Amino acid sequence: MQTRRETLKQSALVAGLMAATGLFPQYAHANFNKAAFDAKNMAEVMKALGAGAPVESKDVTLTAPDIAENGAVVPVGASTTLPNVKRLLFLVEKNPSVLVGVFNLTDSVEANVATRTKMGQSSDVFAVAILGDGKVLYAKKEVKVTLGGCGG
Amino acid sequence: MADPMRIRAQAAGDKTTVRVLMSHEMETGQRKDSAGKTIPAWHIQEVEAKHNGKSVMTAEWGGGVSKNPFLQFTVKGAKAGDKISITWKDNKGDTRTDEATVT
Repeated sequence: MQTRRETLKQSALVAGLMAATGLFPQYAHANFNKAAFDAKNMAEVMKALGAGAPVESKDVTLTAPDIAENGAVVPVGASTTLPNVKRLLFLVEKNPSVLVGVFNLTDSVEANVATRTKMGQSSDVFAVAILGDGKVLYAKKEVKVTLGGCGG
Repeated sequence: MADPMRIRAQAAGDKTTVRVLMSHEMETGQRKDSAGKTIPAWHIQEVEAKHNGKSVMTAEWGGGVSKNPFLQFTVKGAKAGDKISITWKDNKGDTRTDEATVT
């Protein structure tokens, strides 16, 4: 005989497993764009997000270190002074999943976000701004990753 | 249940800088354990920031965000005493909300 508590616990566990394998579509939130995170290069990411071809721009600022000692924690920041920014994206070119994160902005926040990303190896990092008028602008920077603490 | 987030919201003029430190493993689904088995992905997928109950920013994250993620953003028009709340949801459906007061 199972108590109600045990039953609930087990069904939650099964639901969690199903969600992990993607068998539970209603767990996938409407916002989460799986295709974009599965993409292997920038063009695929843009396609999955329904955005146009990106253009390099000086109006987008990417803050990232020249050399990251620890690839597990690389601080990155993106900002732009352009008005009407809808989304800011971080991409790491040589990661298995190129897209790191998408930030959907509103008028109440500045187009200036920062987070930390993982990097498997030295790579170009991109900050992409998608504007309200459909323009896609980016800034890039090469970040060297020294693994193993040799300080290279 | 995951540990609480650390949220600091500091007002400067008419802008408030919010810094959040979440507590999460952020497993990518790429790594293998010592037995050679792939460790399943477990990471935060969605983040929502609210200012006095109004959604000001949402984010979608993949496994490429670092363990115990850090997030910084700036809210316009928030002043001391306002509430900033952050909610995350991971790919296992786990979720957590924490709130901080702007100082």
